[in-house]
Amino acid sequence: MIYLDHNATSPTRPGVAEAMLATLTRQEGNPSSVHGPGRAARQTLDEARRAVARLVNVHDSRVIFTSGGTEANHLAILGVAEQAAFQGTLITSAVEHPSVRMPCDKAEQRGMTVIRLPVDASGRIDPDQLETALTPDTRLVSIMAANNETGVLQPVTEIGALCRAAGVPFHCDATQYAGKLPLQADAIPADLLTLSAHKLGGPKGCGALIVGAAVQLTPQLLGGGQERNRRSGTENLSGIAGFGAVAQLVAPRIEAESLVLTALRQKLEEGLLKSVPDAVILGAQAPRLPNTTALALPGVDGETLVMTLDLAGFAISSGAACSSGKNTPSHVPLAMGLDHALTRSVTRISLGWDSTEHAVDRFIHAFHRSVDRLRKGSHFA
Amino acid sequence: MAYNEKVLDHYENPRNVGSLDKQDAQVGTGMVGAPACGDVMKLQIRVNEDGVIDDAKFKTFGCGSAIAASSLVTEWVKGKTIDEALAIKNQEIADELALPPVKIHCSVLAEDAIKSAVADYRSKQKGA
Amino acid sequence: MNKPIYMDYQATTPVDPRVMEAMLPWFVEKFGNPASRSHAYGWEADAAITTARKQVASVIKADPREIVFTSGATESDNLAIWGVAQFYRDKGNHIITPTTEHKAVLDTCRHLESEGFEITYLPVQTNGLVDLAQLEAAITPKTILVSIMAVNNEVGVIQPLEAIGRLCRQKKVFFHCDAAQGVGKIPIDVNAMHIDLLSISAHKIYGPKGVGALYVRRQPRVRLKAIMHGGGHERGMRSGTLPTPLLVGLGEACRIAEEEMTAENNRLLLLREQLKNGIMSQLTHVALNGDADARVAGNLNISFSYVEGESLMMAIKDVAVSSGSACTSASLEPSYVLRAMGVNEEMAHTSIRFGLGRFTTAEEVDHVIRIVVGAVNKLRDMSPLWEMVQDGIDPHTLKWAAH
Repeated sequence: MIYLDHNATSPTRPGVAEAMLATLTRQEGNPSSVHGPGRAARQTLDEARRAVARLVNVHDSRVIFTSGGTEANHLAILGVAEQAAFQGTLITSAVEHPSVRMPCDKAEQRGMTVIRLPVDASGRIDPDQLETALTPDTRLVSIMAANNETGVLQPVTEIGALCRAAGVPFHCDATQYAGKLPLQADAIPADLLTLSAHKLGGPKGCGALIVGAAVQLTPQLLGGGQERNRRSGTENLSGIAGFGAVAQLVAPRIEAESLVLTALRQKLEEGLLKSVPDAVILGAQAPRLPNTTALALPGVDGETLVMTLDLAGFAISSGAACSSGKNTPSHVPLAMGLDHALTRSVTRISLGWDSTEHAVDRFIHAFHRSVDRLRKGSHFA
Repeated sequence: MAYNEKVLDHYENPRNVGSLDKQDAQVGTGMVGAPACGDVMKLQIRVNEDGVIDDAKFKTFGCGSAIAASSLVTEWVKGKTIDEALAIKNQEIADELALPPVKIHCSVLAEDAIKSAVADYRSKQKGA
Repeated sequence: MNKPIYMDYQATTPVDPRVMEAMLPWFVEKFGNPASRSHAYGWEADAAITTARKQVASVIKADPREIVFTSGATESDNLAIWGVAQFYRDKGNHIITPTTEHKAVLDTCRHLESEGFEITYLPVQTNGLVDLAQLEAAITPKTILVSIMAVNNEVGVIQPLEAIGRLCRQKKVFFHCDAAQGVGKIPIDVNAMHIDLLSISAHKIYGPKGVGALYVRRQPRVRLKAIMHGGGHERGMRSGTLPTPLLVGLGEACRIAEEEMTAENNRLLLLREQLKNGIMSQLTHVALNGDADARVAGNLNISFSYVEGESLMMAIKDVAVSSGSACTSASLEPSYVLRAMGVNEEMAHTSIRFGLGRFTTAEEVDHVIRIVVGAVNKLRDMSPLWEMVQDGIDPHTLKWAAH
């Protein structure tokens, strides 16, 4: 099986499992306990926190560990919205991940005004539109760094500057961005930043919200007062240790890996377009993550193509993996102006740290064959 | 919570644990704190003819820092005059033991214990 | 014996080697996002999660379809209480919970108060148990939910779940049970006990931290509003990518707990009685906190009069236990659970919780008895209060200045 679905989840990187297993076998206590085993657990937690903080170049105290990107997005959006008593305006984009869309919808139901900025054909919002939308009433701007389906990057530098000028906190879902492009030194000038460990090649069930010193959040999970009262619940120690390990591992490699991935993807896209000339790469004109290719293929059902390739030994996805098998067309290509039929044809290939040239060659070949067969109507499945 | 080495040392090898005869006119007894608050400190000093504290004993119900603070002041007051003993401030105790903010009250209690013991001694002298 | 002895099994438990073994392949060889149905990796993860779901359901006699996986019991408690309150707020706005619940329950209830809900914080009896007549009297036509824990985390007392469930069902009120300390330690049957929602934690039963479950009854159906939306995982009740290795660990932990519960309880009971008798036969002025009989086998909570809990913890530093003393809590307040049971502040300060578990041995218990008895005697020799007691003065008759 050749795995080309890194935006859904990235295989655990070597060394990460060892770090996790070490915490599980060391028989550490509860980080909230004051005795020796408790303090050992606290130390594991602190070390991981430092590693994650270094990945995004902030002070340790800014890191709140959560059960993943979904929870971090909820905490950021609803935490700020609740501080504002669900009054005022929230600005987001039309292409956000469901875990940002849903809390925005929730804030709207509770009384907030939500502005969803449209994107252009390349998938990007227009900073001028954001500037117009920002008013003294704006409580939060939540716009992703990189889109999970297309890899298209949003103009986060401009967004951050506009937010800062307006005195509005900027939340950025960097779930897909982190680990694929460097995050050092204010690469994303956000006040709230969402990270997910498993997208980096770390464990599932673990993420973080990076919170700026000036941001006030109402906690969303209540109970034991962990994470400085901002996220209760006994810490997922093995997950956090794995997150720390992957952060430490990835930070110095991001630049080199992104260059390798850029070259690999270029090879992939050239190969695909050569064999299927009418395929359209979404967001091809926009700056994109180095690993993601979203393809629209006139006359092909994306879901069927994914199944066909699966049987041939290649894992890719159609639309977003997070939709749990739901077969509704994705909102992202629709927002970029694709019609319903073309949207249903979209498949996503996302490369990662374990992708090789050989795998890409084989994939291009299989892709060509599968598309051919589907177009001829001979479903060998 | 990790303890400072000095706290651990005083806690594990407390100096001057015990009691002096509280009926003795030369002995001043100070008892401060409250059981409900989780700490009670008893400090006793014996003052010689020259007005110098020549012995001190303590008993403390409380956390490790409270025990260490009590133990420390028994060492510090010995050989001091009453006035010199009264000059000991809680901040010095807290600094010596590197007490974290949540344990500062232990040093306050120790300073209060000295004051209370001296007051008891002085009231006995007045009465005598 | 030089190795530290772990007697804090209510705070967390070490991962059972068998649980480790079950999780191991999922850490390394297998990955896959279980929501990606379209490729083989996903299918394999799906199958493992299905097994875990069955194992979790089995230990509480539920249907696998009634299990919602979460990041832990805190999230389960938040989801159950907040979710039901929000969904049924048109039906009523009253919730009942005892004062001795876990903070995850109490803080969620307090938050709901700020959103217009009325909460009755039910007092408990001196043995830590809920008075059923009081509970019944507290239920009003506006009551939508009763949240009562199975087993208290500090004193280990077991609430009369079946009677509570019967009462709730009869009054048509939902019954949520925080069973983080109860699952795998006492027999739980969600149907026989008429439990509608039940919180489960993996790390309290020799599984990994960071994973738990919420049981949500299907018939009669309980509905709730999700806290986390986004991917539509877990029947729409909880979104977020599922950590396959942790779920596998939770499942295996439940399987082992179910299989070994009876034998393990018998063993722990003997050890606990050994510990209790060893301490009580050698020391005076010690008091057991919480009911002596309606109590899980692995819990012993004792107040040692005239010895402050934290200094006792320091004195027995090779034994990991926890204390109700204010000094060991971030809040600087002595245990609210003991206070709610009518234990006075001073005695709350002197309490120690011994938590026994799967890897506790008789030798460890003997060793702990020796250490504890020695430490208490040493600290009492140092205690001005103990001195008074020896002189025939009751410290409680004195007037103390609060500070």
